[in-house]
Amino acid sequence: MAPVLRIEDVEVYYGGVIHVLKGVSLAVPEKGIVALLGANGAGKSTTLKAVSNLLRAERGEVARGTIEFLGRSVLKLDPADIVRLGIVQVLEGRRLFEHLTVEENLRAGAYAQTWGETVKSDLERVYEYFPALAERRELKAGYLSGGEQQMAAIGRAMMGRPKLILLDEPSMGLAPLLVKEIFQIVHRLNRDEDVAILLAEQNALMALSIVQYAYVMEGGRVVSEGRADALARDDTVRRFYLGMADHEEHQSYRKILEEKRAAAGMRNLRKRQSAGGSDDS
Amino acid sequence: MNDLIYGIELTITGLLIGSMYSMVALGFVLIFKASSVFNFAQGAMTLFAALTLVGLIPMVGFWVALLLTVGVMGGVAVFAERAIFRPLVGAEPLVIFVATLGLAFILEGSAQIFWGTQPHGLKLGLPVEPLMIGGVFVSMPDFISALAAAFFVILLVLFFHKTRIGLGLRAIADDHVAAQSMGIQLRKVWTIVWVLAGIVALAAGMLWGARIGVHFAMSLIALKALPVLIIGGIESIPGAIVAGLIVGVAEALGEGFIGPLVGGGVQDIMAYLVALLFLMFRPYGLFGEEMIERV
Ligand SMILES: Nc1ncnc2c1ncn2[C@@H]1O[C@H](COP(=O)(O)OP(=O)(O)OP(=O)(O)O)[C@@H](O)[C@H]1O
Ligand SMILES: [Mg+2]
Repeated sequence: MAPVLRIEDVEVYYGGVIHVLKGVSLAVPEKGIVALLGANGAGKSTTLKAVSNLLRAERGEVARGTIEFLGRSVLKLDPADIVRLGIVQVLEGRRLFEHLTVEENLRAGAYAQTWGETVKSDLERVYEYFPALAERRELKAGYLSGGEQQMAAIGRAMMGRPKLILLDEPSMGLAPLLVKEIFQIVHRLNRDEDVAILLAEQNALMALSIVQYAYVMEGGRVVSEGRADALARDDTVRRFYLGMADHEEHQSYRKILEEKRAAAGMRNLRKRQSAGGSDDS
Repeated sequence: MNDLIYGIELTITGLLIGSMYSMVALGFVLIFKASSVFNFAQGAMTLFAALTLVGLIPMVGFWVALLLTVGVMGGVAVFAERAIFRPLVGAEPLVIFVATLGLAFILEGSAQIFWGTQPHGLKLGLPVEPLMIGGVFVSMPDFISALAAAFFVILLVLFFHKTRIGLGLRAIADDHVAAQSMGIQLRKVWTIVWVLAGIVALAAGMLWGARIGVHFAMSLIALKALPVLIIGGIESIPGAIVAGLIVGVAEALGEGFIGPLVGGGVQDIMAYLVALLFLMFRPYGLFGEEMIERV
């Protein structure tokens, strides 16, 4: 299927000097759900912000590459135009309007929509997805629990009737059970609402359980990609992301790859040696 | 008993005048919520609006003058937003504050160039016979001004809470990046907010002008609003309203009861005395936005 989002060779600088993305390419198929995995500082959020063009608010800039949404370049568009085209980003850390009520937060999500009947029915739909929010609609959002805040942030994005949601680290700071619940809702959203999702996550195990395809980033580059089931089985990914090769000395993904290659080389060497008949072990 | 009636009269007068303080303070709250800046130029805008109005009235009559002044204030607002504040997006609040100082000087300067430095009277032709309510005298012009101010205050509150732009404004006040992420356009909202602040300035200029005449001291209205903002909390709409009324009443009672004992002049310091008390006991103001902290 034609991709709804296509990112090609994108390079991003902050403040004109800090080179953060060094050629990122990825695609999200129509109605697809894709994960962008990677450790702290890999460049996941920056990639999402390059698409929504919220980079500009942080003095970031796409210096090279193309970003196309439904075949159309969105590089030069204002964040508001991009929202109107159908891309809504859920920022890392949820970023609710704390002093506004839950319902006002949701209404703000519909800001770019024409202000009318659709807002009411969209509100009801969000409350169906997140019954906890319906009970707290008059509460100031700042008083919601972390999980409820994440739900409100996702619901707020839904109010913009997006074709693509850029979801940044929804698992942040949440208990595993809650993460699971939220990911299931995200999965259902994608399936039932015809909305494509690009999910940036550090929690690879959880993310891989709901996405079809995933990219792994490190140091501003995509270093690996593949179908979710394949990546989940992949040894290196498991080792690096699923806690099996934990944080000893800032092990980088590339280093693991190199180690793996070296190990494979050793094995080959040994094989050849044993084939040659000598055995010194 | 006489003291009681006198006290009631003073309180009512205070409330009436206080409603105007509320309105002026709301002009500040508006800009502060949109851009976290104390708009020092609000006083100059008030002066500029009042001078433009009294300058135009002899030429075209009151209603046309009023309409033209609304247009002029809209122009000033758009100019201020485009030329001064837009280039400063992301700058330190202090820098933007200084920019509002600059705007104040530009406005006062151009007001002098266009309309001269003479004080003007402003007659709105309001009835002057005092109102008698249950044995209590109420000044008619004060009463009408208060009605007008209350009308504006209600309009602003409705704007904040019932309109899309108002919602966008409050969203921006909370988190402007998140606001942008849902397609709220900072610049559009800012421009509208400045236009509204200009209209509030005009209303304030008109009501104050009718009371005390139109002259350059009017730009000091900013100093009048300061204690109101301290008491109410600069981000709070209900705070500005209640604090305006409190200051009005405190001034009237202070002047009426303490003034004669010390030879007058109490009025001007009352507001600051009350503000000082609030600074000591409630530094965020009456309804200052509580810092929401969850643990
Ligand atoms: N506004 C900024 N100015 C300068 N450098 C920045 C800015 N924002 C991010 N960076 C840098 O860009 C790199 C990538 O950051 P980014 O936030 O995209 O990473 P991330 O993958 O989302 O990480 P995390 O999982 O911690 O959210 C980091 O090294 C970070 O320090
Ligand atoms: Mg991030």
